[in-house]
Amino acid sequence: MTGKNVWVASFAAAVVIAIVLQLAGSPSVAANDQSSAANAEVKIDNFSFGPQTVTVPVGATVTWTNRDDIPHTVVSTDGLFNSKVRDTDEKFSYTFAKAGTYPYYCSVHPKMTGKVVVQ
Amino acid sequence: MPNKKQDLIDQKLQDLNNDGVDRRGFLKCMAWAGTGLVWTLSGGIPVSRAFAKNYGKDAGKGGDFSFVQISDSHIGFNKPANPDVTATLETAINKINAMPHKPDFIIHTGDLSQLSKPSEFDTLDQASKGASAKQIYFVPGEHDMLTDNGEQYLQRYGKGTKGTGWYSFDHKGAHFVGLVNVANLKAGGMGSLGHGQLEWLEDDLKGRPASTPIVLFAHIPLWTIYPDWGWGTDDSEQALSYVKRFGSVTVLNGHIHQIMQKVEGKVSFHTAMSTAFPQPAPGTAPSAGPMKVPADQLQRVLGITDVNYVVSGRSLAIVDSPLGA
Ligand SMILES: [Cu+2]
Repeated sequence: MTGKNVWVASFAAAVVIAIVLQLAGSPSVAANDQSSAANAEVKIDNFSFGPQTVTVPVGATVTWTNRDDIPHTVVSTDGLFNSKVRDTDEKFSYTFAKAGTYPYYCSVHPKMTGKVVVQ
Repeated sequence: MPNKKQDLIDQKLQDLNNDGVDRRGFLKCMAWAGTGLVWTLSGGIPVSRAFAKNYGKDAGKGGDFSFVQISDSHIGFNKPANPDVTATLETAINKINAMPHKPDFIIHTGDLSQLSKPSEFDTLDQASKGASAKQIYFVPGEHDMLTDNGEQYLQRYGKGTKGTGWYSFDHKGAHFVGLVNVANLKAGGMGSLGHGQLEWLEDDLKGRPASTPIVLFAHIPLWTIYPDWGWGTDDSEQALSYVKRFGSVTVLNGHIHQIMQKVEGKVSFHTAMSTAFPQPAPGTAPSAGPMKVPADQLQRVLGITDVNYVVSGRSLAIVDSPLGA
């Protein structure tokens, strides 16, 4: 669980299609919006956020999916966003409008921490 | 790493089947020597005893009493580790009802529910009504405060409590304190009591004779068991400094779904099994998530904790029993 950015631009397009399909029905995601070309996904597995750090451009949407048997939350340390409780397979998305570094954690299991870097 | 997990389960079950060693006596020595974490099993039954010095000798004398601790019912949980947590809670309650000595009350050390849903609390209340001990004292687990900052929990179980649900009461000469260490948790931290509660605790204990037996109970362990999994409370040292002067202190916790104990001076720490599902021993699995054991072995790793207070020795004997053999 290093804080390594796994987002690589060269395979971004393929992943975007997957994300857009997954989020179909969510009005906040426009398929032809350029910034959506770098939306990112974070999986919650075994009480950890993976990848722990994601780097996205301004305007990108990050989607978290809880894949544990235990509920978790995604809560911004600065109070910017709060997913409320997410049970198994439930998702939470947030669109980042401004550049900056956004640390977050699970308020139920605060040892679980992560970071979104918006450039 | 499913194999590692399976190895652990196998080892645990092997221990459960090993009835050749009198671990009861063994533990007593271990506990008094202050040897830290001890898993104990005796005759196929996990048994743990701390402060058991005079237990038995004077049992039955006036003033003696017992109570039962149950924990981590997780009503609403329905994953493979236990698809019917209501049934196992009911089994636990039946087991309490069948005890030869009637406990004066029950303490539930949190995670009553899985998702803080009203229907889950309703189910827990319904099952609790089956207990012959009518008084149940609760403290919340993190699963009970998932919505509305714990408002729902407080309305149902926190009448007359302070802050996020802490309180104290006296029973036959012993002083009990229910603490909340699952609220307002900080990023990167473990359990937390918070400044306000610590001040209240110091005040609550002030002026009580040092001979008063003290029982502290809270959901997350008040001693650091495994920081990587958040199994500890950041400011528990502060709380424990207030009980140092007392001659007998028992700390009862849940959260980790397994028995762990240690004795430090006059303070005996103990965690209870869950009534819902087991969790892995520290560091033996990728995470602290629910541990799946074969269905016919589930009741061996769930259980209740019976605490006997013997007035003559001012001591507490703690006996853990699984739901089934
Ligand atoms: Cu969590």
